[in-house]
Amino acid sequence: MENLKKNILVKLEKVGVIQNNKWLVKDVSLQIEKGKIVTLIGPNGSGKTTTAKIALGIHKNIKGYVTKFTDKIGYVPQKISIDWTLPIRVTDFMQLTHNLENSEIENALSLTGVKHLIKNDLRNLSGGEFQRVLIARAISKKPDLLVLDEPVQGVDFKGEIALYELIKTISEKLNCGILLISHDLHVVMTATDYVVCLNGHVCCSGSPTAVANNQEYQKLFGDRASTILSVYEHRHDHTHSPDGTVKNK
Amino acid sequence: MFDDFFIRALIAGIGIALVTGPLGCFIIWRRLAFFGDTLAHSALLGVTLAFTFEISIALSVFIISSIIALILLKLQKNTKLPGDALLGLLAHSSLAVGLVVIGFLSFIRFDIMGFLFGDILAVSTSDLITIWVGGALILFVLNKIWKPLFASTVNYDLAEAEGMSPEKANAIFTVLLAAIIAISIKMVGLLLITGMFIMPAAMARNLSNNPRQMVIISIIGGLLSVLIGLFSSLEFNTASGPSIITAALFLFILSLIKFKKNSELKQ
Repeated sequence: MENLKKNILVKLEKVGVIQNNKWLVKDVSLQIEKGKIVTLIGPNGSGKTTTAKIALGIHKNIKGYVTKFTDKIGYVPQKISIDWTLPIRVTDFMQLTHNLENSEIENALSLTGVKHLIKNDLRNLSGGEFQRVLIARAISKKPDLLVLDEPVQGVDFKGEIALYELIKTISEKLNCGILLISHDLHVVMTATDYVVCLNGHVCCSGSPTAVANNQEYQKLFGDRASTILSVYEHRHDHTHSPDGTVKNK
Repeated sequence: MFDDFFIRALIAGIGIALVTGPLGCFIIWRRLAFFGDTLAHSALLGVTLAFTFEISIALSVFIISSIIALILLKLQKNTKLPGDALLGLLAHSSLAVGLVVIGFLSFIRFDIMGFLFGDILAVSTSDLITIWVGGALILFVLNKIWKPLFASTVNYDLAEAEGMSPEKANAIFTVLLAAIIAISIKMVGLLLITGMFIMPAAMARNLSNNPRQMVIISIIGGLLSVLIGLFSSLEFNTASGPSIITAALFLFILSLIKFKKNSELKQ
């Protein structure tokens, strides 16, 4: 029991956020442990990014409890836009929140395959290159906890697989916990230890296979989900109306 | 060779340019130009209160500007008015109230033009001490909060997530802005001080490719503007503030030529 506690990095207990009298996300409980990858899936507006921001402490006025057991955090946000007025190169951006040795910067950038861009202007990178720099920055200080919000958006297909493999390797090598938000169901199901399926609240959660066989999950993702089907089945106690609110049976 | 007042003005101007250089960069990066303007407008109210209660102008302006900044932060959270409308509201109401209060202060002679556009004759030895000690303090604090402030300028969420306490850094930065306005108001004038922030930094943006370089060039640009501006102010008998800002404008135009050349090279 003690040992289990030591491995926990962040614990969310029944957390939620209300904005403009509407729940963005409600009653989410999950925990992230060392060396484990937890993935959040769900349709647009289901509260994936909000949940990640709650775990990171970015949302201040929340319901429920967040307990953090580490300060060494690396974050890849969903969106970053750099204003023209701010001249910033990749090497400056790498040191945004930490001071790094040149060798540390180069190592991190070569892990994600963009070492050659080190002197480039951040604004002139392509979408995929920028994501690689973001990931490199997040892992450069060897964090205990990595939070990756759609980390491979805009990356080409071959690079995507390589980056997911890299993420998996990092979690094993650094023994860090990862909270991953992803649209790529196939990758999620193969590279994750625990899946949380959100739709304003936790629809279902568990091991990838358990979630893949969940009716609720299949309803949310339709045909794509059926590729990962099996015989496992169970009943659900609620359905969703089109705006996402819960209808109890 | 030069009169004492001119030497004092030079020393004061150099001190101010050293501080407005880096602060100006952050103002541009964070799109706070109008915010700086609002703080400067509120300074007139500070000046009148200084005369009323016979306290130091710099102290009084600093307090009033800080209060206005805090009110603004509060209003932004609690009303639905857009940011620029709020800024306009505060800028012009504090300017108007300041002018009305002046009307009641008929017992003192008040050179309002001096405070609007700056007056090099007004710089005394004690002002020099205020500028250099205050300026050194501002730079010291700015250096301390540089990392979290810069991180939150690039991306607030990222800074917050990785434990940089950006909210604290932002609040301190606001106080620093109020402070630099307070110590430089006599020299540059409240209508023109935002120009002193923005123009050297805008010029520096055209000539730099990383943040550190932009800050250094911005400081150099500010220093040149002060030197050119003050000497021409002496030569042509013009107000010091407008002369400095006009010099900064010339430097900015020059930087555009260089910038255009660079862009052509890239293409």
